[in-house]
Amino acid sequence: MGSVRTGGLASGRLTADDYKANFSDIHPPLTRHEAFVEAERCYFCSDAPCQTACPTSIDIPLFIREIAAGNDLGAAESILKSNILGGICARVCPTETLCEEACVREAAEGKPVKIGLLQRYATDRLMEAGKQPFKRAASTGKKIAVVGGGPAGLSCAHKLAELGHSVTIFEAKEKLGGLNEYGIAAYKTTNDFAQREVDFVLLIGGIEVKTNHALGKQIDIASLRRSYDAVFIGTGLAGVNKLGVDGEGTLRGVRDAVDFIAELRQAKDLSKLAIGRDVVVIGGGMTAIDAAVQSRKLGADHVTIAYRRGQDVMKASKYEQEVAQTHGVTLRTFVKPVALESQNGFVTGVTLEETDLDNGKLVDTGQRYSVKADMVLTAIGQIFVPDGLGGADRLELEGGRIKVDQYRRTSVKGIWAGGDCIAGGEDLTVAAVEDGKQAALSIHQSLHA
Amino acid sequence: MANLRTNFLGIKSPNPFWLASAPPTDKEYNVVRAFKAGWGGVVWKTLGDGDPIVNVSGPRYGAIHGPDRRLIGLNNIELITDRPLEVNLREIKQVKKDWPDCAVVVSLMVPCEEENWKAILKQVEETDCDGIELNFGCPHGMSERGMGSAVGQVPEYIEMVTRWCKQHSRMPVIVKLTPNITDIRYPARAAKKGGADAVSLINTISSIMSVDLDQMSPWPVVDGQGTHGGYCGPAVKPIALNMVAEIARDRETHGLPISAIGGVTTWKDAAEFIAMGAGTVQVCTAAMTYGFKIVEEMISGLSQFMDEKGYRTIEDFKGRAVSKVTDWQYLNLNYVVKASIDQDLCISCGRCHQVCEDTSHQAITNQVNGQRKFTVKEEECVGCNLCAMVCPVESCITMVPQTKGTDPRTGFEYGRPYANWTTHPNNPASKAAE
Ligand SMILES: Cc1cc2nc3c(=O)[nH]c(=O)nc-3n(C[C@H](O)[C@H](O)[C@H](O)COP(=O)(O)OP(=O)(O)OC[C@H]3O[C@@H](n4cnc5c(N)ncnc54)[C@H](O)[C@@H]3O)c2cc1C
Ligand SMILES: Cc1cc2nc3c(=O)[nH]c(=O)nc-3n(C[C@H](O)[C@H](O)[C@H](O)COP(=O)(O)O)c2cc1C
Ligand code: SF4
Repeated sequence: MGSVRTGGLASGRLTADDYKANFSDIHPPLTRHEAFVEAERCYFCSDAPCQTACPTSIDIPLFIREIAAGNDLGAAESILKSNILGGICARVCPTETLCEEACVREAAEGKPVKIGLLQRYATDRLMEAGKQPFKRAASTGKKIAVVGGGPAGLSCAHKLAELGHSVTIFEAKEKLGGLNEYGIAAYKTTNDFAQREVDFVLLIGGIEVKTNHALGKQIDIASLRRSYDAVFIGTGLAGVNKLGVDGEGTLRGVRDAVDFIAELRQAKDLSKLAIGRDVVVIGGGMTAIDAAVQSRKLGADHVTIAYRRGQDVMKASKYEQEVAQTHGVTLRTFVKPVALESQNGFVTGVTLEETDLDNGKLVDTGQRYSVKADMVLTAIGQIFVPDGLGGADRLELEGGRIKVDQYRRTSVKGIWAGGDCIAGGEDLTVAAVEDGKQAALSIHQSLHA
Repeated sequence: MANLRTNFLGIKSPNPFWLASAPPTDKEYNVVRAFKAGWGGVVWKTLGDGDPIVNVSGPRYGAIHGPDRRLIGLNNIELITDRPLEVNLREIKQVKKDWPDCAVVVSLMVPCEEENWKAILKQVEETDCDGIELNFGCPHGMSERGMGSAVGQVPEYIEMVTRWCKQHSRMPVIVKLTPNITDIRYPARAAKKGGADAVSLINTISSIMSVDLDQMSPWPVVDGQGTHGGYCGPAVKPIALNMVAEIARDRETHGLPISAIGGVTTWKDAAEFIAMGAGTVQVCTAAMTYGFKIVEEMISGLSQFMDEKGYRTIEDFKGRAVSKVTDWQYLNLNYVVKASIDQDLCISCGRCHQVCEDTSHQAITNQVNGQRKFTVKEEECVGCNLCAMVCPVESCITMVPQTKGTDPRTGFEYGRPYANWTTHPNNPASKAAE
């Protein structure tokens, strides 16, 4: 029953208390006592499988033992030594497919040690103390340009600064943090955590920040290569895939999910944010899940995720799927959107066509039906935008992303890359952090060779 | 149903669970609550003579906690009862009258003068209590005044005071021993020589629980200072068990009735002490941690155990483990066990490998054919069972007695007949005897 002016979109669907409750911490932090009890469950395994499973190889048994011994700050330092963004990772890592999946107590009893929450407990204590536990080495006199201030760029910059280099971060947006600031679900990173963590990282010193500096606009690779001893690219995935259906980009109520989430993350007052009554999210990854769950949390009555393949191959983890389902999101699999229905320039529904698997190949069945929708969010994948790479013509791509070797070296000497923008990555915050760290170590080595 | 009744020196109680002389037994109010809860007996909080002692009004306890704040060890700097003697005596008399079937023993501590003992014995006798326990154990405060463990550390004093008590009273005398000595057999023998009907042990162990690192003072901190106190609770049980065993198997004191104390927390602890020769057990810390209701678990657990084993009375299994306690030199050196890891139960934490590799005999793999796997190398395993002790999974690592074949570590046949150190060729004493 949307009005002619807004379709079904409306803001302020909930009370102030509801907004507050809906967007509070999804996993409240452990109290000191809970942390002690949980820490004691760790067996201090030999050559611990959890550590192997962590993309940044955090010494998990050690930091947990430090918590158990009442040395919270030492625990945090053990974490941050391997992963300077251990705070956000504690909040957003799909631990159920990483460290906690490998925990021997998962094998033994299906109840892994709550590594993520313990990591958060320790890093929170250190950030409260407001101290940077790492000191810069003596200046090397080398200058390094880091393009993109997301997890990959921040991690790279911090490690380089620690090793004594001078770093400049060039960031297209107004704030650093990348998807920590603009993408991660709001209930995973409350109280402006992303910016607090950025401030914490920069405390080390030796990092100059230039926001509103986009590669391809204000800066280009050729000039960076001239002025800096090395360049790291960590620009993530700045573009999105299109549905390729009429009305996309013109109909009101149809928008890209990443954009929608970014607006939500930046909103000062969630009650001012318009949301549909019947929301359809197209896609099957983390972004689709986050868009769907947050739509529900903003007060949408019906939220449907439409995914063209089966649930088992969704990129969102089992746990994320569960979160969606417990938030009352309907999951429709083996359907793809073929048309957007509209009235007066507003979307009113989506025509879905059922798909099927034929010898492993996805095929159309010709069966179509319509789902009511006053809001459609597309989350069918982000893409790397190779802007401003002129001057590095030989920068090889692979599947549309930058090709790197194990040291995160690109095909062009003097240019490293990491995070979502490189080929073969996992598209996880923690993986971006590891890329940044490895690139920094490799840059350091090359500058000293 | 097993019969838990006990008859200890003629003192009858419905079960062997007594509350030890301590705060839980300091007043009629507490003791009545205890009997209502099902405790078989109490040893009243230690009485003294003259003006009542004075306790500190600052903190009196220190504790060691497990991760979930489970109390593992407790330490205290309390003295004996700080209530007037007449009040205690009046209440004891009343309680015994109201609860004739439960044991009421009275703990005593007065200066080492015959007259003092003679006087208090007379007063206590008038309460119709079942017996007395001589507190020669308190390791703090009272010992500075020449009482408590100051007496318990000198066998001659123990013997002397015990003799006075037997002379001047018709009541059964239990001598409560301090563990703060090097060999528990000496005080026990002295008690027996003095005519004691039984010994009870252990009293608390001298201890400083912790240092408060902010105040730089031992805990509990009483206005900036601290003192050593008495340690008790689950942590002290192994020490108590050994001392009970030493007395039970000593030629001179074998058969002397024992009331065992020290860390008794569940029925199982009690059963172990009884198997080691105790006629009753006394409990303090467990009650002070959980309240009196725990005796229900102790009663049901002990009954269940006895039913399962077919023991009808406490006497049926009392002291059954005593003859198995021996000296190291008599252990069978030809008995060989090897660790065996149940691969179905193994959760691959690798702790067994880590400890054997770092601190023992390098007898457990961490990889087999490039895969994470933990198996025992029999040619290296000495059978120490450290791995089984640190394994977090119950019965995953077992120690398997070897009977057939050859030990790849030593080259000796398995199953050779019993032989101990006394006859071993490497023992200089055995050579000398040849
Ligand atoms: C909605 C959503 C939810 C997610 N949830 C999770 C989660 O729960 N857990 C998890 O582990 N991962 C999650 N991810 C993935 C995770 O956020 C990314 O893998 C991670 O942020 C990648 O880090 P990055 O530094 O490579 O890129 P980004 O975080 O994208 O950072 C790139 C930075 O580069 C800047 N930039 C882009 N182009 C330019 C340019 N031309 N010049 C200069 N700067 C530029 C951007 O503004 C940005 O600041 C989620 C992703 C999305 C989209
Ligand atoms: C606070 C406190 C006070 C005690 N007071 C006495 C006492 O007055 N007389 C005595 O013989 N033992 C006293 N004890 C020792 C206990 O009776 C008992 O021997 C000791 O605590 C060991 O038993 P447990 O491990 O069950 O606590 C006291 C113990 C505590 C904790
Ligand atoms: S029993 Fe001792 S020596 Fe044998 S494997 Fe275990 S720890 Fe190693």
